[in-house]
This record gives sequence, structure tokens and C-alpha cells, in this order.
Amino acid sequence: MAYGETPSQTVGPYFAYGLTAGQYGYDFSDIVNPTVAGPDADGEHIRITGTVFDGEGNRVNDAMIEIWQADANGVYSENPVDVADSGFRGLGRCGTGTDADNRFWFETIKPGVVEDAKTPFVNVIVFMRGMLVHAFTRFYFDDEAALNAKDDVLQSVPADRRDTLIAKRIQTPTGIEYRIDIHMQGNAETVFFDV
Amino acid sequence: MSVFKPRDWGSHAPLIAPGYKSTLLRGPSRAPLAIKSGLTEGTGPRFAPASVRELDFDLTKNGITNGEPLGERIVVHGRVLDTDGRPQPDIVVEVWQANAAGRYVHKVDQHDAPLDPNFRGSGRCMTDANGNYMFYTIKPGAYPWGNHFNAWRPNHIHLSVFGPGFATRLVTQMYFPGDPLLDLDPIFLETKDAAARERLIAKFSIKKTEEGFALGYQFDIVLRGRNGTPMEN
Repeated sequence: MAYGETPSQTVGPYFAYGLTAGQYGYDFSDIVNPTVAGPDADGEHIRITGTVFDGEGNRVNDAMIEIWQADANGVYSENPVDVADSGFRGLGRCGTGTDADNRFWFETIKPGVVEDAKTPFVNVIVFMRGMLVHAFTRFYFDDEAALNAKDDVLQSVPADRRDTLIAKRIQTPTGIEYRIDIHMQGNAETVFFDV
Repeated sequence: MSVFKPRDWGSHAPLIAPGYKSTLLRGPSRAPLAIKSGLTEGTGPRFAPASVRELDFDLTKNGITNGEPLGERIVVHGRVLDTDGRPQPDIVVEVWQANAAGRYVHKVDQHDAPLDPNFRGSGRCMTDANGNYMFYTIKPGAYPWGNHFNAWRPNHIHLSVFGPGFATRLVTQMYFPGDPLLDLDPIFLETKDAAARERLIAKFSIKKTEEGFALGYQFDIVLRGRNGTPMEN
């Protein structure tokens, strides 16, 4: 017998004390946080940061971003996500309401290439008040131009919109950072996927 | 072939839904680009049973500072299924909501209704081998919001699940039967399919009601099914 899908509803403005309690300072435990890979994880340790913009170019201060990625060998973890784990967890969640500039950030490692793709990337979900259905996107890496050129998914994106998916590598005093902003609308509207 | 069946967009609201004003600047304006999903969508996070601590499933107890929370005690039972009716075991269900007065603990909630020193309003539970979950809480109150003149949100509980893969991620809201605000609430009504909307409303259950203690509700969560032959027994 077939059942109908439960409709998606907005995460709303008040998710923080339920979904991102530690980041926002509420007295509740976390099952996931912005650390995707702890200090003991194998691979190149990087930080991914960015800002979410609405259709008028305003910074969104109540979005929640989740990422899911492979480890440095290109393998998706089958171990349970554990916020006490100092190694690779694979999953991250960050709200945009605690950084002074309303950025999201993830402490992670650069993923390896998974077997059904040609280039490394991170899978991303965007949630916020004003979205009745969450949106999937991806973060690719600008220092992987040769591999990016072979990736079926990235190449299926119209060429003039591909840049919206590519994070820029920057050397900072605290390590390697990849920066990528998410634009909900406008000329630079991020490419979202129906997966 | 993708691991999961395509999303049934007919069961969901449009990305830009004019009745819900915040969508006008926040919903993507272009249709999402269909891609063949792969390992990254077919895999997803799992959580250890220890992710759910002893009182996480009991919102009537997990925020106590000096007494019992105010309001109508309820117990919510449900199953997490896929569209083929297969129960989904070991799924974490994250829960958050307003208190009985319609006030959220969240620091930016400015609604002029009292906080309850004994109710935080967040918790979580995990489905068992048959996909069943349950949690205790207080029936949340309605509250005003700024979408339009005299706008009030119906009573609702927010629920978040990953499901078996990243593609099956779902955040939704559970409503209560007979709430007159449902017919006026754009967040509820922007799901255009009436049968799909019904799936957002919990069913009152006298069987799940606990004698002398808590009214019972049933709320099943249905996620996208798998394509082709099931990967597991």
C-alpha cells in the first residue's frame, strides 16, 4: 500500500534551542554541531564559511545549514554521528544567528572523491523561516578545476551558474578556509538541486 | 538509479508561496535542477542510541527548575514510515515547540506571553525496530505572528528527522485536530493538496490516552520510499 509523503514545513525562526542548542547557548545537548571532522580526523583540515543572502541582498540571520560529506578517502561514514568524537563525523549543522556577521562555518576536512563522482564536494541543505521546503545544494572547491570539469552533476549546471557552487580557497592565519555564499534569489542565485 | 524515489512535489508547498510573505524573498526563484542522485543522497547520518538521553523524550520533565510545567499534558505516538509503508528504525526525531502560553524559550521571541520556568520545549526520541516513536510534552499554545493583520499560528509541534538517507531529510510541523486556526494559517494552507495537509494533523487517540495523566495523539511521518528492490532485508 502506498502512503503519501508528509509535507515539509518551515523550520521557523525559533529552532535554535532544539536543533543547535550548544552553538546558541541553550541548556540542551546536541546530536550534531558545526564540527564535521575533529582534530584527529585524517585529511586536510579546512574551514568552510559563508553568508546566506535573501532576495534583497540582506544577510539572513536565522538560517540553518547542514552538510554531509565523505571522508578524506571518499567514503561516507557509517559510524553513528557523535559530537564527542574527535575524528571524522561526516555531518555538520550550523545556524547563522551567532556569528557577528551572520556567517555559517564548518570545521571539517576536504573530502575525497566518492566512487560515483569525479570531483570532491560537500552536500548541503538550506533551511530558514520563509522556506516551506528545504533546498539542496552542493559546495565544490575552486582548486579542483580539472576534476570539476569532469563531474557530471557540475557540468549539468548551466555554465553561467556553475560558479555559485564553487567555494574559494583562502589561506588565513588560522588555516585553510573555503568561502562560499548562498544567494536565495537574484543574479547570483545559488543553484539548488532536486535530488 | 537513484536510491530514493523522487520527491512528490504535489505533497509540498511551492518554494515561493505568496500567502506566507517571508517566502517572497527567501524561497529560490528558479526551479531546482533535477539531478540523478547518488551515494551522497543515498547515504545519510545515523545516530547512536546514546544520542537520546534519559529525559530527552519527556518535555514535561526535561526543563524543570522548581515544579511541574503548566498546561495540558499530552503524549505523542507515531511511526516513521516510507511511502511503501516500510517502518524506519533507529531514526532520531528532534522536537521543539512553544509552551502552553504560546511562548518560545528562544531569545528572539518577543511575544508578550509568559515563559514557563519548568518548560524548555525541546527534546528528541528515536524510533524502535518497528519505526515507533513517542514523547511526552505540553500542548503548545497559539501565538500571534507578523505575516498579516491578526495572524495567529495554530497549535503546532516542530519535528525534524533525517530518515535513512540525506535525500529523505524532513522538517515538518504537527498540528492538532479541530483547530479553527488551521483554515486561516498560510504556512499550513500553502500545501495545496488537501489530502497532504491532512497528513500534518495528528489524530486524537483515546487508546493512546493515559488514564488520569495525558491525552494521546498519533502522528505518523512518511518519508520518500526506495527505488527498486529494497537494499535491506
